[in-house]
Amino acid sequence: MDLHLFWFALLGVLLTGYAILDGFDLGVGIVHLAARRDDERRVLLNAIGPLWDGNEVWLVTFGGALFAAFPRAYAAAFSAFYLPFMLLLFALIFRAVSIEFRSKRESAAWRRFWDGAFFTASALATFLMGVAVGDSMLGIPIGPDGDYTGGVTDLLRPYALLVGVLAVATFALHGSIYLHLKTEGELQRRIHGWMWRAFAFFLAVYMLVTVVTLVAVPAATRNFANLPWAWVVVLLNILAVANIPRAIFRGKPLGAFVSSSCTIAALVFLFGVALFPNLIVSSSDPAWSLTIANAASSEKTLRIMRTIAFLGMPFVAAYTAVVYWVFRGKVELGKFSY
Amino acid sequence: MDAVLLARLQFAFTLMFHYLFPPVTIGLGVLLVVMEGMYLKTRDLHYEAMAKFWTKVFAVTFAMGVATGIVMEFQFGTNWATYSRFVGDVFGSALAAEGIFAFFLESGFLAVLVFGWDRVSPGMHFFATVMVALGSMFSAVWIVVANSWQQTPAGFHIVGTGAAARAEITDFWAMVFNPSSMERLVHVLLGAFIVGAFVVLSVSAFYLLKGRHLEFARRSFTIALVVAALAALAEVVSGDSQARTLATTQPAKLAAFEGLYTTAPGGTRLTVMGFPDTAERRLRGEIAVPGLLSFLVWGDWNKPVAGLDRVPRADWPPVALPFQSYHVMVGLGFLFVALVAVALLMRWRGTLFQARWLLWTFVFAVAGPFAANELGWVAAEVGRQPWVVYGLLRTSDATSKSVPAGQVLASLVMFGVIYALLFAVYVFVLNDKIQHGPDEPAPPPAATTGGGLLAAAGSLAGQGGESLTSTGEAAGRAGGE
Repeated sequence: MDLHLFWFALLGVLLTGYAILDGFDLGVGIVHLAARRDDERRVLLNAIGPLWDGNEVWLVTFGGALFAAFPRAYAAAFSAFYLPFMLLLFALIFRAVSIEFRSKRESAAWRRFWDGAFFTASALATFLMGVAVGDSMLGIPIGPDGDYTGGVTDLLRPYALLVGVLAVATFALHGSIYLHLKTEGELQRRIHGWMWRAFAFFLAVYMLVTVVTLVAVPAATRNFANLPWAWVVVLLNILAVANIPRAIFRGKPLGAFVSSSCTIAALVFLFGVALFPNLIVSSSDPAWSLTIANAASSEKTLRIMRTIAFLGMPFVAAYTAVVYWVFRGKVELGKFSY
Repeated sequence: MDAVLLARLQFAFTLMFHYLFPPVTIGLGVLLVVMEGMYLKTRDLHYEAMAKFWTKVFAVTFAMGVATGIVMEFQFGTNWATYSRFVGDVFGSALAAEGIFAFFLESGFLAVLVFGWDRVSPGMHFFATVMVALGSMFSAVWIVVANSWQQTPAGFHIVGTGAAARAEITDFWAMVFNPSSMERLVHVLLGAFIVGAFVVLSVSAFYLLKGRHLEFARRSFTIALVVAALAALAEVVSGDSQARTLATTQPAKLAAFEGLYTTAPGGTRLTVMGFPDTAERRLRGEIAVPGLLSFLVWGDWNKPVAGLDRVPRADWPPVALPFQSYHVMVGLGFLFVALVAVALLMRWRGTLFQARWLLWTFVFAVAGPFAANELGWVAAEVGRQPWVVYGLLRTSDATSKSVPAGQVLASLVMFGVIYALLFAVYVFVLNDKIQHGPDEPAPPPAATTGGGLLAAAGSLAGQGGESLTSTGEAAGRAGGE
């Protein structure tokens, strides 16, 4: 396999892993204010307690891999999205801190403050990542030397904002399905209701984004002419979306969770197809776009890193499996809980 | 204000803040392995209580390290786009290795370490502790390798010219084992061990002075004292070997550390203290040992060490800041050796835990290793200027051209506010944990259902569960003393 394509695919895998895994814990942050009582909020927090940190490592590794494999794209994207990414960082910091510190004090005001911070940070981080995806679909003004030439306002386009909302809706759905799996009793019955509401919200935004993308973003489907099999992914995506209410209705939350994970994977895949072979599309001149060929590191580096990835990935899969196995089952609050 | 200066200030500020935390976790990680290993070996519940308490301190600090660490990774791209393009081929592979080998390892097993006491067997838990300790050291490996490559680049060639020039790897292992990487790694790790040990020494000394958790504090103090003594001694040796390498790889940096403006014939003096005056090109108020620097660097009292006059003026680093940072760091290093030597002697004679003045010294001495770690990095990084990659890329050419100064100023102010808040919360929570103290080791529950019942009661009662536990602890404490 071509090394450039390999690294493009591996970045896709890392982004998919991140979106599925951190997706559910960001989603928990988005929906958790719907729980009213303190002990309920603690249950929700502890449902992701041991896992969110490891999930976020997927983002760190995605960033590191982008830096290493396609430094010109990393440099252009991160400096272009300067203010949004700074906001994203602040959101991620607040999230980490609010999870860690919320339950350390008994005071109700203390806990209310961190609950608010946890919600705001989770929703904002998700929204900003969605906006970055939307902007990437549209392309951003990149000059001939690979530097961004626009300003902040060039990033706040309606389509990008809409994709941001889709990200929030998707993670809210994914997070509530996850919570349904991890809770029991009265709380679980109420989360059942959240799932339905999140699904309705998701479905509305999803259909809207799909229509707008087909009508207004021709680049998104440009590659389908060369890759007819990509239609299969579209079909699977629709089936996965359709299976979510079916599984919820039949009382199979695991099936619903697998379906929402597949939906996320399909959306990331379609995002990749829309970009390929570009990483950053220049809206100023297509010739200045940063592609997997002109933005890449040397063959030697890509080969070394492929070895590192092959050596490391089985370990990563193993730890992830071990941790999810150790913390399987319903949440119980104990001495070591948040 | 100048965009380059702002970007540098932001990087320095966020990095120095971030670097308060990783040394604690690296150092505490080693101590956790020792404590839990002792528990497994002796089955003495005091060791278990120690491992559990220090794990809590570890976890809070780790969260701070993660939260402030992502900022560092993002900043290479957001603020240093030209630098990222230049070093991506080299630096990127180290960063990718760090993510894959270190971060996943530590964050995965951290979950078991913190939340898994009741969920896995003691052997499995110990394994997780070892993995977390190793993971935190691996992350130091890769980041120090990458930084050392910026100090002493090796195993690469330059492709392209002007603004499009970039370094490409020609020899991966030559890049990893570049002339300074292993020495610097040892220095960084030992520095972290000293920080971790002094944190434990400080808290334990506080308990001893207050007459709380005495058995816990004595044992924690002793283990940390041994680690601190070994690390502090080794650190002096490591610093000496680094300075010797510096003379050949980065002579301008060594000259700045020593305030050497001119290369004089014969032996070169080792400055103990002084005030560099770059305009006059001399040191004011200098106290120095003649010929000693020549002896330390070359093993020859009469062979001169190169001064800044051998370096083109445009390539001079600032002198005063690296000079003072370096000297204070070295001074602190010797102080640590002296302090732990006195403590070890008194421990051996059995008078340590009655010496209140010494225990109070240890309560506050914890600030020393933090300062020494930060100052060491200030000396290393400012001493590399005006280069971001030594001899290859100037710092002033390395920033993101597309990010205006106003945006950097805005983010810098935001970081200032958020980090101040974050630090206050961290200190607050840490203080809470220290005031609460370790759980006194209780005899094992009569039946295994005891823990489950308590947990169930806790989950039913919500907040009440915590007060239930703390009542239990208070009772245990009263019974224990």
